[in-house]
Amino acid sequence: MTSLPTPAERAGGKSLALLIDLDTCVGCHACAVNCKEWNTGGRFGPLSDRDAYGARPEGAWLNRVHAFETGEEEAGRTVYFPKNCYHCEQAPCVTVCPTGASYKRAEDGIVLVEEELCMGCGLCAWACPYGAREMDPLAQVMRKCTLCIDRIYNEELEEVDRVPACVLTCPAGARHFGDFADPASEVSRLVRERGGYAVMEEMGTAPTARYLPPRVRPRETLAAVEAPEPTDTPGRFLAWVDRLLSG
Amino acid sequence: MHPALSIILFTTSSGAGYGLLFLLGLGGAAGLLPTSRGFGLAAFALALGFVTFGLVSSAFHLGHPERAWRAFSQWRSSWLSREAVAAVATYLPALLLALGWTVAGDLSGPWRLVALLTALGAATTVFCTAMIYRSLRAVPRWHSPWTVPGYLLLALITGGVWLLFLLYLFGETPPTPLLHGMPSAVIAAWFVQTAAWRRADRAAPVTTVESATGLGPPGSVRLLDPPHSEANYLLREMAFRIGRRHAAKLRRVTVVSTFALPLAIGLILPFVNRLTALPASLLAALSMSLGVVVERWLFFAEARHTVTLYYGARAV
Repeated sequence: MTSLPTPAERAGGKSLALLIDLDTCVGCHACAVNCKEWNTGGRFGPLSDRDAYGARPEGAWLNRVHAFETGEEEAGRTVYFPKNCYHCEQAPCVTVCPTGASYKRAEDGIVLVEEELCMGCGLCAWACPYGAREMDPLAQVMRKCTLCIDRIYNEELEEVDRVPACVLTCPAGARHFGDFADPASEVSRLVRERGGYAVMEEMGTAPTARYLPPRVRPRETLAAVEAPEPTDTPGRFLAWVDRLLSG
Repeated sequence: MHPALSIILFTTSSGAGYGLLFLLGLGGAAGLLPTSRGFGLAAFALALGFVTFGLVSSAFHLGHPERAWRAFSQWRSSWLSREAVAAVATYLPALLLALGWTVAGDLSGPWRLVALLTALGAATTVFCTAMIYRSLRAVPRWHSPWTVPGYLLLALITGGVWLLFLLYLFGETPPTPLLHGMPSAVIAAWFVQTAAWRRADRAAPVTTVESATGLGPPGSVRLLDPPHSEANYLLREMAFRIGRRHAAKLRRVTVVSTFALPLAIGLILPFVNRLTALPASLLAALSMSLGVVVERWLFFAEARHTVTLYYGARAV
């Protein structure tokens, strides 16, 4: 059913999504690669590519890492911006679906596609302002981030592994996963403390996922760090080599 | 947005078909149209032909056309589903009316109700088609108050211009409301089209790359590196740019062939004999049909999606 769950149905339900720390993300793309890896081999796989080993490979990915520059001169910085589904509370991709393939779960807020029902019209991808949905080039059905639903509830896995693949793999610890409806959760605490925000809210999507902004470094701290002087006083061993060779 | 041929053909062809069905239903119920068997057969063949060709071509846009039947299920939330339901539901009164027109040769009594239902179904289907686009906030150019009147009026006038040609073809005199109403409808459609373009060109952006990323004050966020080196679905589908270079020229083509030429022909039709009216009305029908295809191509090609903000666009 592509009607969104009613507030009564959502009452008491979780709001699972990702929290991404833009201050610590180093733009290594490991999250995107592990996302592809898990989702091409997991329950929803394969997540296909066309011309995978050719000159112009192209395929469906559920997580993409963009790189932006912001600010000017000393205040300027590079910010890596991983982007995947925000599991919106008012997901426009769900309500436009004509076949019933797209739906939002009442119990945890995850937005999913039932691929056996998808006719591949692509309207949901048009409706998403964020570009979170991509058509699988071979299966011709819509793909999107499932929040690794086949990991997070998977009792075959160790409890420590029951998190989305992107979160598990992030070497910088920039990705968090949790329940935004629970004020006591780690993600809710981080959002409160660090000013977590959602993007393009004017689209009326009410995204669940949040970003933590890059921390602002005051100019004084930046100026206080003096560039190290080049040194030409070698250590004892190098000084001996230097003398030997100069002789 | 990528101007897919299947969708352009679908919306323009089915638009003309439903416009014609609408006028046949309304004109039939009002007793304004000839009940001759030949005219009825030709008119319904053309109208249902346009509609069916459109619906079939839309299936070519689907990754899994064999699952298209599922699209009848989600009419509670989805305009695309409502369109599918309305499109198929309209076949019932339309085919019945075609039967009444050609076999019974009588459009009084209960047939009048069938005729009105046909008109209602046709209008509803085009309305639903327009709402698919009107409801998408991620494409500001479509999320405009002009989208629905534009679709409805273009369907009405393309249907009307084909109806005029059919009437002359069968040696009938078009009813006065049609003959006098067509130029006004063309002017109304022209006005709406102009208003839609003006709004699209002048409206302030609805969102920016700063809002899309939450980084920095306005004017300070630049894309440094795209997330992938090759094209992807998002770029092919929603970052189409080729058409914009020729947009001004194509808008002139649309204006001349959809509105100006058919309007001029419509204005002289009451004053010429049938020998002139027949080729003139055919020219108007062909010109308008071509113009509407160009208009629809621009409708897609000129539209920008908010996802382009993640690929270098500053504002949408």
